[in-house]
Amino acid sequence: MSNSVNEVLGSDLIFVIGSNTTEAHPIIGNKMKQAVLKGTKLIVVDPRKTELARMADLHLPLESGSDAALVNGMIHIILREGWEAKEYIAERTTGFEDIVETVARYTPDVVSEITGISEDDLYEAARLYAQTPKAGIYYTLGITEHTTGTSNVMNLANLALVTGHVGFENAGINPLRGQNNVQGACDMGALPNTYPGYQAVENEKSIKFFSDFYGVEMNPKNGLRIPEMMDAAVEGKVHAMFVMGEDPVLSDPDANHVRKAVSALDFLVVQEIFMSETAKYADVILPATCYAEKDGTFTASERRVQKVRKAVNPPGVAKLDWQIICELAQKMGAPGFDFEDAEDVFEEIRATTPSYRGMTYKRLDEENGLQWPCPTESHPGTKFLHKGVFPGGRARMIPVEFEGPAELTNEDYPILLCTGRKLGHYNVTTRYSRLLDSINPYEEAEINPEDAEKFGLGSDDLIRVTSRRGSVVTRIQITDKVKPGMMFMTFHYRETPVNELTQAAYDPITLTGEYKVSAVKIEKVEWKDEELADNVHRFERLDSLVK
Amino acid sequence: MTKTKITREELDFLRESMKPELDALLAEREDLTKKNGEYVLAGEFYEKQTRIALRNFNIIDPESLDEYIARDGYLALEKAIFDKTPAGIIDEMKAANLRGRGGAGFPAGRKWETAAREDNDVKYMICNADEGDPGAYMDRSIMEGDPHSVLEGMAIGGYAIGSNQGFIYIRAEYPRAVKMLEHAIAEAEERGLLGDNILGSDFSFHIELRLGSGAFVCGEATALMESIEGKRGMPRPKIYRTSVRGLWGKPTIVNNVETYANVPAIIRKGADWFTSIGTQDSAGTKVFALVGKVKNSGLVEVPMGTTINEIVFDIGGGLPDGHTAKAVQTGGPSGGCIPAELFDTKIDFGSLAEIGSIMGSGGMVVMDETDCMVDIARFFLEFTVDESCGKCVPCREGTKRMLEMIERITEGKAELEDLDRITSLADTISTTSLCGLGQTASTPVVSTMHYFFDEYQAHVVDKKCPALHCKELITFFIEDDCIGCTRCARECPVNCISGEVKGLHVIDQHACIKCGNCHDVCPVDCITIS
Amino acid sequence: MINITIDGRPLTLEKPINLLEAAKLVDVKIPHLCYAECLSVFAGCRLCIVEIEGRNKIETSCSVLARDGMVVHTNTERLRALRRDLLDLLISNHPKDCLTCDKVGSCELQELCYEYGVKTPSYIGAQTHFTIDDMNPIMIRDQDKCIKCGKCVRVCNEIQVTGTYDFAGRGFESTVTTAFDQPINKDICRMCGQCISMCPTGALQNKQLVGHRPWELKKVRTTCPFCGTGCNFDLNVDVKNNKVVGVTPCEDAPINGTELCVKGRFHTDFISSEERLTTPMIRKDGELQPASWEEALSYTAKRMAEIKAEHGADSITALSSARCTNEDNYVLQKFMRAVIGTNSIDHCART
Repeated sequence: MSNSVNEVLGSDLIFVIGSNTTEAHPIIGNKMKQAVLKGTKLIVVDPRKTELARMADLHLPLESGSDAALVNGMIHIILREGWEAKEYIAERTTGFEDIVETVARYTPDVVSEITGISEDDLYEAARLYAQTPKAGIYYTLGITEHTTGTSNVMNLANLALVTGHVGFENAGINPLRGQNNVQGACDMGALPNTYPGYQAVENEKSIKFFSDFYGVEMNPKNGLRIPEMMDAAVEGKVHAMFVMGEDPVLSDPDANHVRKAVSALDFLVVQEIFMSETAKYADVILPATCYAEKDGTFTASERRVQKVRKAVNPPGVAKLDWQIICELAQKMGAPGFDFEDAEDVFEEIRATTPSYRGMTYKRLDEENGLQWPCPTESHPGTKFLHKGVFPGGRARMIPVEFEGPAELTNEDYPILLCTGRKLGHYNVTTRYSRLLDSINPYEEAEINPEDAEKFGLGSDDLIRVTSRRGSVVTRIQITDKVKPGMMFMTFHYRETPVNELTQAAYDPITLTGEYKVSAVKIEKVEWKDEELADNVHRFERLDSLVK
Repeated sequence: MTKTKITREELDFLRESMKPELDALLAEREDLTKKNGEYVLAGEFYEKQTRIALRNFNIIDPESLDEYIARDGYLALEKAIFDKTPAGIIDEMKAANLRGRGGAGFPAGRKWETAAREDNDVKYMICNADEGDPGAYMDRSIMEGDPHSVLEGMAIGGYAIGSNQGFIYIRAEYPRAVKMLEHAIAEAEERGLLGDNILGSDFSFHIELRLGSGAFVCGEATALMESIEGKRGMPRPKIYRTSVRGLWGKPTIVNNVETYANVPAIIRKGADWFTSIGTQDSAGTKVFALVGKVKNSGLVEVPMGTTINEIVFDIGGGLPDGHTAKAVQTGGPSGGCIPAELFDTKIDFGSLAEIGSIMGSGGMVVMDETDCMVDIARFFLEFTVDESCGKCVPCREGTKRMLEMIERITEGKAELEDLDRITSLADTISTTSLCGLGQTASTPVVSTMHYFFDEYQAHVVDKKCPALHCKELITFFIEDDCIGCTRCARECPVNCISGEVKGLHVIDQHACIKCGNCHDVCPVDCITIS
Repeated sequence: MINITIDGRPLTLEKPINLLEAAKLVDVKIPHLCYAECLSVFAGCRLCIVEIEGRNKIETSCSVLARDGMVVHTNTERLRALRRDLLDLLISNHPKDCLTCDKVGSCELQELCYEYGVKTPSYIGAQTHFTIDDMNPIMIRDQDKCIKCGKCVRVCNEIQVTGTYDFAGRGFESTVTTAFDQPINKDICRMCGQCISMCPTGALQNKQLVGHRPWELKKVRTTCPFCGTGCNFDLNVDVKNNKVVGVTPCEDAPINGTELCVKGRFHTDFISSEERLTTPMIRKDGELQPASWEEALSYTAKRMAEIKAEHGADSITALSSARCTNEDNYVLQKFMRAVIGTNSIDHCART
């Protein structure tokens, strides 16, 4: 996030696009709702009628995957009306001419046709956003989990830059990070193209720094991204994989392809706390610790590094994750893995990661965490980014063209499936909390009343959902949260592994999967035995229990 | 004739042309008489009254805007808009010293001044028409009989403080008043006397009705605002005055019906005229609903400073059937009882407060020797307990406990120390309650304990009810004079009276529920209560 | 500048805050049950009454803003007597089961009764009775213990912005309930449990903490392991049994304050789940079988070295985790880059 979570409360306009904030980031969602109660205006761009959408001053239920057209249309109106921040554009950005040229084609009527949003609503959204100084953009995976994810993000930046909304309090562009430490994992260089602190892998200076620091020559070539790893495994080019705390078989798109990949490996190590779907394919399983059993740090969306503290001992002989890897490294004869404790590791993080350099465990304890960049021990941390100047001087605007989603509905697959999270669960771990699971024990695919009628479905019915890649069985919930012709499902349930339906179509830059748009068909199915309805064993696939 | 919006000149013309028409109409009525050149209601009951708020009541047709105009209606609004500044209105109101007629008596002019000083585009005028005191119907009568006087008063207030929107919060149980107000608003808007650009000026003022569902506490200004905002009617903490932050957080004036009905007269005739009526402490008149043990009950509007004696005996004609007055209760559940020996007390805000009662909104109940003062206290307290919103501890829990103690007294189950307990609990409730409802809830108890302590003592110590009213403390007994007519036995709902025809009847005391039917029907008055 | 005096202690304020907050600044604790800094002022319990010199009326400190020159007394004999009476009224209509109530030790009503010496209720009379609602997995709602402070109503309306609760009924019979008196369920309630942590009495109890005395639990402050918001809270640890039994909020959490969602507050039973992996395993004869750390790590080291030797460093890849700590991620990337010799490390950065 360019800004901090609590700046939401001071915003005059909140522009939420592709984020079901009250379910996926409930506390940030609460703050948005609190702001609305106090008079902050709210625009929600989401095909679903989410809780926030119901509270919004303006809800734009666009066609899935038409975000780029919508944003271009808004910029078009802003330029036509002369609402752009002329001085800001001149002083702090480059590439404005390209934007002007591209958005010229996105006239309101064209955009309305693509997005399904009326010209009046487009105009109102553009006016509100452009004319409110304290206007923040908030987005999550509804923007990124498309084949056009990267361009969507760039386009939101264009919108914010054209109107001069970046570099100020209560404004900015704010991706709400999906997982507790996805920010930190990126910061730490758990990426194939960057070292810790986003130092490029294919940059001589950083190669030299890390070669010197680790005392080994660094590989000068970017590594493989997850989908490439899976493809390479299927192709026999990758032979071994070390998986720490992820379950790609359940959570990556096109699960059947991922299964094929992990089965093809010569050697799979899974370091986990539960027997995940991926662990079932492992050659070696290493029992690790959960967050309550370890000391360390997580980095939140607002770039705040915060302490995690050990509360209980791990079960059995399970060990700390970093400790297991250190022991493995030592077994392989490597030096530099003799850390005493988590703080010792953090000291090395500080030494290699400039934006963390000013943080110490002591400061993190005393100051309730610190927001990077925090380059020195006297630096207070950074509440919001890009004040006054961008890294590298000016922000470059790159025009983005609208491209439709990779998969469209047709006669055979008439329904558009969108996936995401629900409030009561978080990915796969919460399923192991009996309490949380008892609130939401099974998948309930959302389906519009019109479609329910069309397919002859009642609220207690089971359906089979089939895409070109696979098929799953689920219970349903009939609701106007989704539009006719659309369905929504979550990926929390092994009983209904929705990622067997999603497609391995990827954004070309980040290789993020297209989780948000898959074409599916549905049909009503019956339990093999009526009694099963109340007696399904947890984690047992529903498709094996129907006629 | 299609009615169109009129200008100032057209209003003047209309007024002058309607006057002779109305006069001709009124001249034919036998119930009216001319006093100081104006038609007023005739008869003894009205002679001693001075009617300002009720000046048109039962004289004009409430559904006729023309008749209201003929009686100088909307002349004050016209004067205000065209001849006076908002500050001028407020000065006039302050000079008139019109104190709030809802009961608390806060000077309306000062309230308006605070709201006028607030720099805010949106301000509200609210008319509190949530009249809820048992037996009180002053506001209802004004709204039913002269709705335009309220609208005109509100519009003048709106002009003075800079508000364009008024709300009348009225009980849904007053369907006729609602109908009259709706009609009056529609007609005034049609004629351009309300709505946008009143009489062609820059001033716009709209009035909407909001119907309450009969919660007594919604008569409390902030609970009323919560209710208008669509929330549960519970009083707000008074961090800010409502004239600074009221309805939806905007500066808001709340006055009651009678207060607004006085406003046009004050603006029309001036503060000097108004202060010439009433007392130094309280200018003008007050409307009372005179009820209870009195010959002539009804609406009474008298100058402030009139004594209770004058109201009860001169206007009300005294008590019927040779009964003697024991007390009057003023101010409803928030008010107190005034004993007969204090009936020469002048009615004004200060004098009533001095003797432990309040002006209240205008309920005045006359009681005689058959009324048990403990039971009267119980009655009003029971009302408060039912109507407490439950928000604050002393009102929710305290009034209930006090009621339970009073009930024990009326049942003869209390001890003397309970009386001390009641006094200390009354202090807790009145000192710590959030709103006026709780703060005044114990007034009926405290004032009756003060003036009629002997009655309390009789209940507690002697286990007797001197008024022979409290059922648990009385017995019915058939004297030897019984003629054996069997009427009592037939009327007894629990069949506890036995006896042969023409023989002496006997009441089974264990089964008797003390309904009093036997006593009432006995043709020879041989059933006594002790 | 506003200069005031509270119980003889002078205080200068920059803006007019309420007297209850102002008193905190000079370490004067004014008792209260319905006030919370993060909620709108309710002024229902009336316990925070104070006397202000020059004013006839006793006023509640939560609803009076400090004004220059105010001289405030918070603990006079008169105020103490009134508070005692108010507490007496409260417990007179409150179940007398404190001996077995799970709220003991964290019950604010009990604390105040102790402080003010209110031993037994002295008012005799009716008691309100409501049906207990415990048909949900997170809490027990016992409205007999409710003192109508309205904190749950306000936290649900103003902080969670869901509006599950409101007052119903009038006066002595009034209560706090859901629309149409429905039992708490996921259709009307987000199950965030914020009402539970606001409740000053045992009216709303966290089911997870039932059976645990608060003084027996150790609190360990940590950061939530779910979404990327970064909420902080206290894990409540039953040390004797090495078990996290529940979560309570910590007020100085920089991002969330005392706010928590259903997952943050109610997830902890997964930590001690029977399904946790407790021992290393090696696949032998097609089956995963328990092994010692020595076996598992030596075997892994050997296989990694073999594959690296045979197919090159880039034939080995790693998936790191957005759920693990920075330290875990750092060490794994270092391992891949410095020991294996590849940059093929990734995690689901975009999910």
